Amino acid sequence: MCLGIPMQIQEINENVATAAVSGTSRKIYLDILDEDAKVGDYVIVHAGFAIHKIDEEEAKETLRLFEDAGMFDHPQEGDESP
Amino acid sequence: MKYVDEYRNREIAERLIKRIWETCHRRVTLMEVCGTHTVAIHRNGIPGLLPEQITLISGPGCPVCVTAISDIDCSIALSEKEGVIIATFGDLLRVPGSETSLLKQRSLGADIRIVYSAYDAFSLAQQHPDRQVVFLGVGFETTAPTVAAVIRRAREAGLNNFSVLSMHKVLPPALLALVTSPQVKIDGFICPGHVSTIIGTGLYQKVAEEFHIPCVVTGFEPVDVLQAIALLVEQIERGEARVAIQYRRAVSPEGNLKARSMMEEVFEPCDSNWRGFGVLPQSGLKLKADYAQCDAERIYDIPPLKSQEPPGCICGDILRGIKRPPDCSLFKKLCTPDNPVGACMVSSEGTCAAYYQFSGVNIA
Repeated sequence: MCLGIPMQIQEINENVATAAVSGTSRKIYLDILDEDAKVGDYVIVHAGFAIHKIDEEEAKETLRLFEDAGMFDHPQEGDESP
Repeated sequence: MKYVDEYRNREIAERLIKRIWETCHRRVTLMEVCGTHTVAIHRNGIPGLLPEQITLISGPGCPVCVTAISDIDCSIALSEKEGVIIATFGDLLRVPGSETSLLKQRSLGADIRIVYSAYDAFSLAQQHPDRQVVFLGVGFETTAPTVAAVIRRAREAGLNNFSVLSMHKVLPPALLALVTSPQVKIDGFICPGHVSTIIGTGLYQKVAEEFHIPCVVTGFEPVDVLQAIALLVEQIERGEARVAIQYRRAVSPEGNLKARSMMEEVFEPCDSNWRGFGVLPQSGLKLKADYAQCDAERIYDIPPLKSQEPPGCICGDILRGIKRPPDCSLFKKLCTPDNPVGACMVSSEGTCAAYYQFSGVNIA
């Protein structure tokens, strides 16, 4: 139920956007998104609302960590909450 | 699909599995606290890929499952009111109440509509000014801000035929009830992804520091889950308990402040009854007095109902991680997805439904 799907924003009109995934597009709401979104951004969509703008660099970083043989030795660097 | 396919990479998954096998030398019990993780774990057959000393158990992470039967009964009672349209997420429809379900009520003529978003319920109210639309608010911190946003819009729009029966729950009291329970020993938490998108990682910091249990905030693809298990096992083997965010593409330590402030503007904490846990103090969300005109609980004043759990059902123990679905005498016999007895078999994210559907994939 806390399912969230990454969708790409195609169009924005105030608090309503059109976003697409796998060739399907639907209306989503931006009311609770805490960052400015623009066309082309990817957001996590839950229950019709964008809840987070996906950070492309962070996404790449996670994949890069898989490549790094030492990832398990220092997994938390920069990850821990204050 | 971008941000999905790359986390289903078989080669990376195999390397992570190898790493887990090499690292894990002791018996560990890891709990996932999100229904979407339960499904991801079983759909991908992950338990069968792990060394036998790793036990994965499910926690109270399916909002429909933890909704108390008394709340289901209350929703059913609302559906019987003249002029009311019930708007609900589909999962709630088939959950058995004490005597009937919303689905059965609908077949008897109750006007019950499935919606995908609280905004759909708002639109229904606009389309039917002569009817009262009641949205059944079920969900954790991921969902509650979306409902709060719509309640605010309804008030701004002066919509006087839209209300919410708030059965929302918040995670911290349940997680703390689990770590202080003598009945189950959890060595590591696979922490929810999208709840954490909203609440951040402060709660897990407390769990790691005060209870010495490592926590990894985890994404929902197989590589995400395997990486989280590897990170947990690695910490346990070293005797550490720290918080890591594996799901970095969607979670920051501070969470989504805008969503939280929206939630706090509309809702306030209240005691709430959880299936399996009973009443946990300050674990639910009710509408603040400022939003009373959208509060179905105040508007309809449903008298207390005599609710009763189905005999023989052990959903409560399953939600606390004490038992697993095969331990239940009803599982696969009297209780199936087509004819569910307990909530954990109804919801697509329920532990029993996941075991039932994917049991050929991963368990004996």
